[in-house]
Amino acid sequence: MSTRAAPSEGFRRAHRPADRRVLAGVSAGLAEHLGIPVLWIRVGFVVTTLINGAGLLAYLLLWWFLPLQAPQDSPGLASAERRGLRTSTTGGPSRQEVVQSLALAAIGAGVLGLLALAGGWLAGWMVPLLLVVTGIVVVWRLFDDATWNAWLRQTRGPGFLARLLVGVALIGLGALYLLTVSRGLSAALDFGAALMIAIVGLGLVLGPWILGLWTDLAEERRERIRSQERADVAAHLHDSVLQTLALLQKNADDPATVATLARRQERELRDWLYGRQDAGASFATGLRDLAAEAEAHHRVAVEVVTVGDAVLDEGLRALLAATGEAIVNAAKHSGADRVDVYAERIDDRLEVFVRDRGRGFDPESIAADRMGVRGSIIGRVERHGGTARVRSTPGDGTEITLTMPITSNEQERT
Amino acid sequence: MTELTVVVVDDHAMFRTGVRAELERLGTGRVRVVGEAEDVDTAVDAVAGLSPDVVLLDVHLPGGGGPEVIRRSRPGTTFLALSVSDAAEDVIGVIRAGARGYVTKNISAEELLDAIERVAGGDAVFSPRLAGFVLDAFAGTIDVAHVDEDLDRLTEREREVMRLIARGYAYKEVAKELFISIKTVETHVSSVLRKLQLSSRHELTRWASDRRLI
Repeated sequence: MSTRAAPSEGFRRAHRPADRRVLAGVSAGLAEHLGIPVLWIRVGFVVTTLINGAGLLAYLLLWWFLPLQAPQDSPGLASAERRGLRTSTTGGPSRQEVVQSLALAAIGAGVLGLLALAGGWLAGWMVPLLLVVTGIVVVWRLFDDATWNAWLRQTRGPGFLARLLVGVALIGLGALYLLTVSRGLSAALDFGAALMIAIVGLGLVLGPWILGLWTDLAEERRERIRSQERADVAAHLHDSVLQTLALLQKNADDPATVATLARRQERELRDWLYGRQDAGASFATGLRDLAAEAEAHHRVAVEVVTVGDAVLDEGLRALLAATGEAIVNAAKHSGADRVDVYAERIDDRLEVFVRDRGRGFDPESIAADRMGVRGSIIGRVERHGGTARVRSTPGDGTEITLTMPITSNEQERT
Repeated sequence: MTELTVVVVDDHAMFRTGVRAELERLGTGRVRVVGEAEDVDTAVDAVAGLSPDVVLLDVHLPGGGGPEVIRRSRPGTTFLALSVSDAAEDVIGVIRAGARGYVTKNISAEELLDAIERVAGGDAVFSPRLAGFVLDAFAGTIDVAHVDEDLDRLTEREREVMRLIARGYAYKEVAKELFISIKTVETHVSSVLRKLQLSSRHELTRWASDRRLI
């Protein structure tokens, strides 16, 4: 679902996306991490499996080591989804992807079968090994699903136990087969009997105690998480909404202040509920902060729209500062009650437009009284290799266009 | 123009009352609120029973959300999405389901009247924020999953129009800026809307990351 993450610095860790799994999500996770099409990865796994099962082993190892990750929704969205106010936008892997994977697996299995027939080692360890692997896959997938369901707050269906049994039975069958192949049935029987006695004995002695401990632990952990969440929400409401409400009451006779306060609170709450979760030092977050600041100090509405984003570098920092100056200028001098700010990343540059519908001015005459425009907007941007354009018609408002190339960093995708 | 009939769908009674009061105060003779609904089921019933000219539809609604109402209503009903939710996926989602426009709940009564008349007249209503979301969606920066590849790319002109709207230009100003008529601007906006709605299921993100747009 995911608002795509803003570009961020630091390590990226691979994970298995829980909402886009065909089997375990290993291929999808790798594809996303390495930035290559998922089909190649799947083909890679199938082909390398033909080499002594290396691909299969790698897949299982990656399944073991890569953490399953739920899509990160903002609190507002997650809550809306739980209460049925919205339906999730992503619905798992596409049908085409599933069919493609099945076809690939079938081809791989076919080729493997042919090789086995030709080599004559089909009877030996192939079949039991496949049984064991299938059993492992069924059980692991089950645990993945259980985790995923817990995130979604759903209860486990009756199929859970059945699937678990099937998985364990497959593993057991495979193991039995392996044992009997080398040493005959009696060895398996002896081994099995000894194992059973040990398990039953241990179960009788320790079972109730382990069970009790387990449920207590789970219950306690759930409760702790719940109360922590409640405390966080309460703290947030106290810091933001409650303070604003108090201020509103105090300023009830001043409509302008009330509007400003309400607007600031709205912006803040909105960010918290629906905002991007990974606010780092990016241009868009910087811009939103600037707008909030200008709104608070100058009592105008600043409408910010951004498309795309970039990590702040030196040039972009200058651009951000110049944009802030432009917003403040518009708020102070134009007389308009609203400033529109639009920023878009186009390939390797960032464009910012700051527009008001105020009284405007003659751009030729900005020398004396508008040092702000010439020095801290145009000059600042141009020193860092950007361009600035001021368009203003007296009576019709002003629009300042700033462009800055993105020099350093990242073709980052997270 | 004849009086337009409107149904207000929102799960907050206070908001419904507020909208009704404002529309009655300012919109007498232009707009009449004929019904209200508070969740998906009552909304579907109200829309079927009253066949209003325009439905003001909240994005988040008990029973599956605004898109669910649109899916279960007769095709041809005109919906205008109204929301405080700022989640791009949801806004784009309700537009893709068939809404003719999107405005935020803090819109002034006068602007809301304008928007209602505009969608009733068959035009699309794009706020700067929605235009930003749309550009983002077509650039693949937000993951609405499934906008078809080449068929759905915006033309250069459509992109220009979207950009100007995102910059806060009214349709009239867009027309002046691009030296085209307001009618042409409306045509471009409608065609962007159509591209969003008609596109088949396809993974937009992959398309975007292949072209290193993200």
